[in-house]
Amino acid sequence: MSDPRLPAAFLQPGTSSFSDFLAEQAPDLLPARRTVPQGHAGDLAPHGTTIVAATYPGGVVIAGDRRATMGNIIAQRDIEKVFPADEFSAVGIAGSAGIAVELVRLFQTELEHYEKIEGTTLSMDGKANRLAALIRSNLGMAMQGLAVVPLFAGFDLTSGRGRIFSYDVTGGRYEETAFHSVGSGSLFARGALKKLYRDDLDEAGCVTAVIQALYDAADDDSATGGPDLTRRIFPVVQVITTDGGRRLPDAEVAGIADQVIAGRMSRPDGPAAPLTNGFPAGDA
Amino acid sequence: MSMPFYVSPEQLMKDKADYARRNIARGRPVVVLGYDGGIAFVAENHSRALHKISEIYDRVAFAAAGKYNEFENLRVAGVRYADLRGYSYDRRDVTARGLANAYAQTLGSVFTTESKPLEVEIVVAEVGGSPADDTIYRLTYDGSVADERGFVAMGGQAEQISSGLQERWQEGAMIAIACTRSVNPSVRPETARATLSSAQDRKHACRRSATPVLAAVATAYNAADRLEHGCPSLGMRDRSLASSAGGLLWVAA
Repeated sequence: MSDPRLPAAFLQPGTSSFSDFLAEQAPDLLPARRTVPQGHAGDLAPHGTTIVAATYPGGVVIAGDRRATMGNIIAQRDIEKVFPADEFSAVGIAGSAGIAVELVRLFQTELEHYEKIEGTTLSMDGKANRLAALIRSNLGMAMQGLAVVPLFAGFDLTSGRGRIFSYDVTGGRYEETAFHSVGSGSLFARGALKKLYRDDLDEAGCVTAVIQALYDAADDDSATGGPDLTRRIFPVVQVITTDGGRRLPDAEVAGIADQVIAGRMSRPDGPAAPLTNGFPAGDA
Repeated sequence: MSMPFYVSPEQLMKDKADYARRNIARGRPVVVLGYDGGIAFVAENHSRALHKISEIYDRVAFAAAGKYNEFENLRVAGVRYADLRGYSYDRRDVTARGLANAYAQTLGSVFTTESKPLEVEIVVAEVGGSPADDTIYRLTYDGSVADERGFVAMGGQAEQISSGLQERWQEGAMIAIACTRSVNPSVRPETARATLSSAQDRKHACRRSATPVLAAVATAYNAADRLEHGCPSLGMRDRSLASSAGGLLWVAA
């Protein structure tokens, strides 16, 4: 008779990492352990596009458009690419959508698992490093066209401010100041935020700036979806403060998006920044 | 060469059982009981670092009495079991029943094959949609599983606490501290830990929040005083409390 006990890996003391446990107990469940046949697989699956994040005094905002594309086809109009990672952080993903969603699920479980076993949460840097390790392990897939590039944002309770981390496909981890964007429309979104961002924005102002940036990304990048007025599909916006993270209700995002669109009716390129020093009067 | 004495299997098992039971009863008590808003876990625990009661998953929690290193090992195994299952299937597919079975197999196997049984007693409880759907499984050192209704007391003075709860458990969570206190008046809310799993469906957001549970323990402490002075009309305020906190709460008091 075989031993009916829980397998040894379950009872082994030492590791608080879920992915380490998976590697021992069920390695086939790790996205990075899968072998993909030779060739370029990037065109086989949908791609997620633009993610934008910006900090403001007291918090951080991370938002993503809702489009997934496969070549010239819009694979999904209402995909969600920004997920809460734990109570005080969120992750947005650009790149191969299927792998990305799986990596996010693994990352969420990783953080929750650590918290339950240790009775305390990882530090903000610890979380960012764990995500880097997961991305790094995906390098083989990335080289076959299934790259995942996340943007990680969270509120650091020890330093009392919002922080943003960007990554490259090799797992390089870079802390960004003020704002950042990843994905196909990121160049345009970052350009827009350069002109719109101020470091004294409040939460509503920061959310508006981020939605303006996503609008600009959708304006110039065919793979980024703009606000869908007929279907009422608007970006996913996650706000994280000292009280934890929350997803802004669709109605609230719709209200801001409607304002942004109303402004663009008279000036399609969005709010104008002054040519020389000084900020424009009023809100963005 | 000396011949080993013959020991009958009955005697062998009885010795092991006695050994385990004696050592479990030496620890401090742990109480698990259902109330209208969920399931409360109360343990007297002086240390912030030791996990006598713990969250396992969204709606599943764990309480143990006995030898710390042994039940901590099982607790970690339970978290791994639940997270693996939730990751490979779905969050809703993690149930107390599955975990109780895995624990029972492990405890039973150790009891029969090893020379020393695990000196632990465990409760795995799951909050359902209504109090009638709540499940509380009690697992003993020999791997037997009991599906309990209402409440469970484990560890030291468990019998006295059980008989106290027998009379008044309908009044819910606070009563646990009251009973623990009536058995051992030195129990203070500062050293008690409470976990409330609420009946609300939820993701794992805002999982741990110290303040409301501390308030609950403080209320319970006052309630315990009132109970001891013969004031039976105790209102249950935990329902709103549990729902406002949104789920499984765990606090280091």
